[in-house]
Amino acid sequence: MVALSSLIWCPVLLGILSWLAERRLRGAGNWVTLGALVLLLFVSFYLGAMGDSFVSLSWFSRFNIHFTLFYDGLAQLMVVMTLLLAMLALLVSWREIDRRHGFFHFNLMFSVAGINGVFLAADLFLFFLCWEAMLLPMTALILIWGHENRRYAAIKFFIFTQVSGLLMLLSIIALALFHQHSQGSLSFSLNELQYLDLPIDVQFWLMLGFFIAFAVKLPSVPFHTWLPDAHTQAPTAGSVLLAGILLKTGAYGLIRVLLPLFPEAAMSFAPVAVTLGVISIVYGALMAFSQTDFKRLVAYSSISHMGFILLALFSWQAIALQGAVLVMVAHGISSAGLFCVAGMLQHRLQSRELGEMGGLWASAPRMATVTLVFVMAGIGLPGLANFNGEFLSLLGSFAVYPLHAVAATLAIVGSALYGLRLFQRTFQGPVHTEVEDLQGRELLFCGLLVLALVYFGVQPHLILEASAASLDKLSALASFSEVRP
Amino acid sequence: MLEWLYLIPLLPLISALLLVALYAILPRLIVILLGVGCLTLAALLTALVGWEFYQAGAEPVRVLLFNWLPLTTAPINVSLYLDQLSMLMMAVVTGVGWPIHWYAASYMARDKDVQRFFVYMNLFVFAMLMLVLSDNLVLLYLGWEGVGLCSFLLIGFWQKQAENVKAAKKAFVVTRVGDTALMIALLMLFAEFGSLSIPAILHSDLSINENTLWWIGLLLLGGAVGKSAQLPLQTWLPDAMAGPTPVSALIHAATMVTAGVYLVARMHPLFEPQILTLIAWVGALTLVLAGLSALVQTDIKRVLAYSTMSQIGYMFLGLGAMAYDSAIFHLMTHAFFKALLFLTAGTIILKLHHQQDMRKMGGIFRKLPLTSAFLLIGLLALVGMPGTAGFFSKEAILAATWQADTAGPLLWCIALFGVLLTSLYSFRLLFMVCLGQPNHSYQPQEYSAASQWVLPLWVLALLSLAGGWIAPDFGRVFTAGQAGHLAWYLQWLPVAVTLLGLLLVWCQFSRSGGAIPHRLHQWLQDGLGFDWLYNKLLVQPLGCVARVNKADILESPYRFVAWLNLSINQLLVLTQNGRVRWYLYATLAGCFVMLGGLLW
Repeated sequence: MVALSSLIWCPVLLGILSWLAERRLRGAGNWVTLGALVLLLFVSFYLGAMGDSFVSLSWFSRFNIHFTLFYDGLAQLMVVMTLLLAMLALLVSWREIDRRHGFFHFNLMFSVAGINGVFLAADLFLFFLCWEAMLLPMTALILIWGHENRRYAAIKFFIFTQVSGLLMLLSIIALALFHQHSQGSLSFSLNELQYLDLPIDVQFWLMLGFFIAFAVKLPSVPFHTWLPDAHTQAPTAGSVLLAGILLKTGAYGLIRVLLPLFPEAAMSFAPVAVTLGVISIVYGALMAFSQTDFKRLVAYSSISHMGFILLALFSWQAIALQGAVLVMVAHGISSAGLFCVAGMLQHRLQSRELGEMGGLWASAPRMATVTLVFVMAGIGLPGLANFNGEFLSLLGSFAVYPLHAVAATLAIVGSALYGLRLFQRTFQGPVHTEVEDLQGRELLFCGLLVLALVYFGVQPHLILEASAASLDKLSALASFSEVRP
Repeated sequence: MLEWLYLIPLLPLISALLLVALYAILPRLIVILLGVGCLTLAALLTALVGWEFYQAGAEPVRVLLFNWLPLTTAPINVSLYLDQLSMLMMAVVTGVGWPIHWYAASYMARDKDVQRFFVYMNLFVFAMLMLVLSDNLVLLYLGWEGVGLCSFLLIGFWQKQAENVKAAKKAFVVTRVGDTALMIALLMLFAEFGSLSIPAILHSDLSINENTLWWIGLLLLGGAVGKSAQLPLQTWLPDAMAGPTPVSALIHAATMVTAGVYLVARMHPLFEPQILTLIAWVGALTLVLAGLSALVQTDIKRVLAYSTMSQIGYMFLGLGAMAYDSAIFHLMTHAFFKALLFLTAGTIILKLHHQQDMRKMGGIFRKLPLTSAFLLIGLLALVGMPGTAGFFSKEAILAATWQADTAGPLLWCIALFGVLLTSLYSFRLLFMVCLGQPNHSYQPQEYSAASQWVLPLWVLALLSLAGGWIAPDFGRVFTAGQAGHLAWYLQWLPVAVTLLGLLLVWCQFSRSGGAIPHRLHQWLQDGLGFDWLYNKLLVQPLGCVARVNKADILESPYRFVAWLNLSINQLLVLTQNGRVRWYLYATLAGCFVMLGGLLW
């Protein structure tokens, strides 16, 4: 019980510790944060070995709000991924941060706490609290350590997430009130609310509140415009966390909250959501192709990839759900890798403009090779992790939305267009400038990312087994609600 | 031995991974030994496996390695499937790949990136073997995309030149258009059959909805034309010649570009008669159009590229005429003589200090008799002179075309015209390169007959001459086509046409001087304007949209909201001007409004 809740409070405490340590001794914060993350990783594995666990403490008893956490395979998968990517974010900015080092570590750990909270919460009030809590440190990361246009990006990010979060809050409160109306008491428990019988039109509006919050986070067209700015302006660590994990909280919310709470409404809304997913896929790819800024291009490509998740989840087929989870993990790895490369290039060249790069293979062959792998993973080369996810998403969704799935295959050409643009403009062509190749620490984490992409590309079983129980439950729900289109 | 089948693709993969891991550490000699050695071993293993396979009566063998995608209904495994078709393809890949690697060792030995070169080449062989050996379509797709990646990397191998990079991008993107069609075909097949295992699909009840089958066939064909550079996705192949010449020999002549032929042959029961006719027409049109283009090219490698396109057109024609065995037979013989042609062209280009323009060659025969002899052998096989490998396979395709219900005499006539074109451009190449007066000032020295440059060529030359006698048996894969004989004059007409071509070129060459109008010449040289058309229809509009919408039009509603808020803010700021009189008036006005509201 303590171990489970420690995944949330421990990062905050250790973040403060690391802040203090950094004030005492310059550079100590890095090591304290790293140690803290390793410790948390052990905790999460320990919990995983114990099987599913559940904690519920009374919190605001007047409103029947509980501090409820639920830890199963899917949650573990996401928590472990959070911790590993936080480690990556730390490693990539080991020397890159130039001011307020201690506060940086605190923000990093604070966002880990918030994200873990989102993945663990089984009480909607707690879920909302963590949803908002992870927003603050992330805004701070962009605002303080970001690039030239950071204020604009941070405010935009904040407003988008805040407004959409508000809609979710309204839905949550309405749900609790409906529960009081029919059962006699307020309730925020995810478990109890699942059995609430609501008229379909009420369901629909409440579902929409959640959907907008999650679609902004995912993001889906037309709520995506905060993302290119936030990704581009964030420091490398921020971009890695944003692309790797924060976007996945939207997908996770869909899996854990929206679909189980409102299966019928989700089913009737599915054609719209699936269409939005396909538009995101195609439009994201087109926009990525239009960009000349390394990070902006990768940011738009993320929108394209997240479209697959929307397509897969709302087609609600067992295979597609597996695909969605695989995309979540694979995109976390490959986009984090690309943002790391962007950060390393920016650190060396002081620029993100593709026009100012070119021919870098000659001076940095290792960096070119790992980037090639990340790009190829991104454009769905079989044998690398992303292909499995996107292929299963398509395979599953084709059974119910064949035309949408066919439109989504346009991504095969679209991703090749932007992927090659990114790779060739930076590393091929006439030698424009020279950079230092990957060294020690950088080679280590890039190599690990490459290995992870290849491993999950050939053996996705680990991810699928971890998420199997949750996805089975979700598939079972689909067969109960017979409102198939 | 058969259980060692997995080693054949694994060896090149291991070598590629080793070469990546030990980048810039290994000495050049080790790199070459590793790069070529793994292929030698793979070729030897192929021979051993083949021996055992045929000893065992050519029974199909499945080797399950491990599970890849655990779909509950139909798990997708990494498993290999060896039957007569994949056995032959594997033999072509390793058997032709080996001499090409051997030759490449000499060709690339002085390049400072030789290690990177062999990484790509070995990776390519791995992917190609996965393509032909896979027992399900997803694994086939893995090989399919893998060879596409390696082709991209090798076309852009000399990546400092912008045009190489551009050619690489073009090849990748155009073939990916075909890959999209293939992917949709996969989705449809899974929806129809609930499985993507090739034997399962082919042995299941194919009497499904005819409309669906029609679409599946069309989409599979779409994938095939992309990879095999057939109409309308053929434009990438001539530009792909930017890669090193051994690459052109291996990827863009012998193996990868024939993957489409393999795909159609592998999935042949799925094709409806209508689609088969379409395949035959695609092949026939491509072979004529590519032949016309080849006729006016001046770059020796581009002639060979168009010739490859045209020869694959024959294979497609054969597939469309349901002569799958003949098409695959032609695939094999073509791999022999086209690899030989590319490698001899590579030698000539190197000897003339990277000169690829045939107008600046000439008189090579006297300087390089051995190389010229190899070139002659390759060209004779290409035009299908009786006795050479090309004769048997092309004759088989032509005969089948005449008789097939899905093809017929009209297509046969087009193919015959193609034979004339083949003869014209082949002998034009021979005359321009080997005969006449030298149009250059170099004094090339011939290699000795046992040099590392020449030994691989002996292998290929031998195969080009005698390969026609290998006559593979596909009795267990394809149902036997219609037996029957053509009239003797129909059989010998192609040979006569070839000789006619030789005669025409001879007259033209001794007369010298262009007979074709300039505009037509230019149009043919540019590959019949397809590039221009696609540029206008697709590339430019896409670029235009990308430029115009770089700032994302969907941003504007949000910008408007932001602008509105800021404007209101500025308006309100105006009232805060620090003048007490203004505030007093404003307060009074507010009071009046409120009072008025109350009273009213």
